[in-house]
Amino acid sequence: MDPDSLTFIFINAALSNNFVLALFLGLCPFLGVSAKKETACNMGLATMFVMLVSSISAFSINWLLIEFNIQFLRLICYIAVIASAVQLVEMVVKKFSPTLFRALGIFLPLITTNCAILGLALFQTFREYNFLQCLAFSLGAGVGFTLALLLMAGLREKLELARVPTVSQGATMSLMLAGLLSLAFMGFAGLGSGHG
Amino acid sequence: MTTLTNQEETITLDTFTRGLWKENPVFVMLLGLCPVLAVTNTTMNAIAMGLATLFVLVASSTLVSLLRKLIPKQVRIASYIIIIATFVTMVDYLIQSISLDLYNALGAFIQLIVVNCVILGRAEAYASKQKVSTAIINALGMGVGFTIALLCLGVTRELLGAGTILGFQVFSTSFEPWIVMILPPGGFFVLGSWLLLFEYIKQRKQQTHLNVTGVVEHGS
Repeated sequence: MDPDSLTFIFINAALSNNFVLALFLGLCPFLGVSAKKETACNMGLATMFVMLVSSISAFSINWLLIEFNIQFLRLICYIAVIASAVQLVEMVVKKFSPTLFRALGIFLPLITTNCAILGLALFQTFREYNFLQCLAFSLGAGVGFTLALLLMAGLREKLELARVPTVSQGATMSLMLAGLLSLAFMGFAGLGSGHG
Repeated sequence: MTTLTNQEETITLDTFTRGLWKENPVFVMLLGLCPVLAVTNTTMNAIAMGLATLFVLVASSTLVSLLRKLIPKQVRIASYIIIIATFVTMVDYLIQSISLDLYNALGAFIQLIVVNCVILGRAEAYASKQKVSTAIINALGMGVGFTIALLCLGVTRELLGAGTILGFQVFSTSFEPWIVMILPPGGFFVLGSWLLLFEYIKQRKQQTHLNVTGVVEHGS
């Protein structure tokens, strides 16, 4: 498959180079909000929306920065844009679904420091994607993030019924589960081969 | 930690050492896991990442502590992030000028130091309330603790995954490398195993403590 095609970028970001399980981006919400399936799903959708908004903004800002030849300000601009995008999402969620707002709690403003978002903006800049490719990339990343969060939440709900040795309860068990999931996602590595 | 008011701590040995063990950012607080797992596939990467984070942590803590009376409360998080981003940009260009190979190996993860929760957490919870000297020493402790954690993972993963440390062959050639340790799943497994080890040691300690005195002391 052509590595620049939109389908490839989408599948690559969602499955074979999953942001959470292959690139280790956005681990805090992955371990923090994955206790229940419903919250996990909502968190994933909120993150996906922020990803889309910040990807579009990052694309336009990068164009401006290159135009004025001030690329060294890139990081600062990106992080400012992401912070405002998160603020926007927070306002929308608070207005339309106060229940969801309470369920997400502290993790909503913390999307600002979610490395998946900044990572997305940086990767698309490094790979010099055009506008449509950016859209496909951010959608794929969002879908992949939601998928990983949902799978993890499902596993952890089942885990509550299992008897785990006291030594390995909590974070240790979550990490081991994440490792197994990551191993499973390695199986997608062949999809669209020819990628380095 | 009970810093309800703007109490300023006096410098003790604990200010430095708590970051190493009792409040280790990675093993105890589970903060900043993204770089911990992503760049520890070789020892060299782990060291570079640890030092870069250490520098940003100390520099931003210093500046935040210096400006703690000037920054208005409402915009403090934004100000902290801008300060951190400035230092990260500096480190980014510095590593690029020192070694291009290293820069390519670490990739976007140098710039992603900006969103490392350890740094923002220190700025918000500690540096913004403390004297400059205290803040620097605490940040140093945390940074060293973070570097040690990275090193623990880096050495384990490189040793098992490639049979080398810092590129030097340790095991004989008959050793079949566990490739999975260098790959993403290995990161999760190795960190999980380290946590398991520490938890085991902690529980053993508590057990002996219980046997000796019959009293359990709960930490704060």
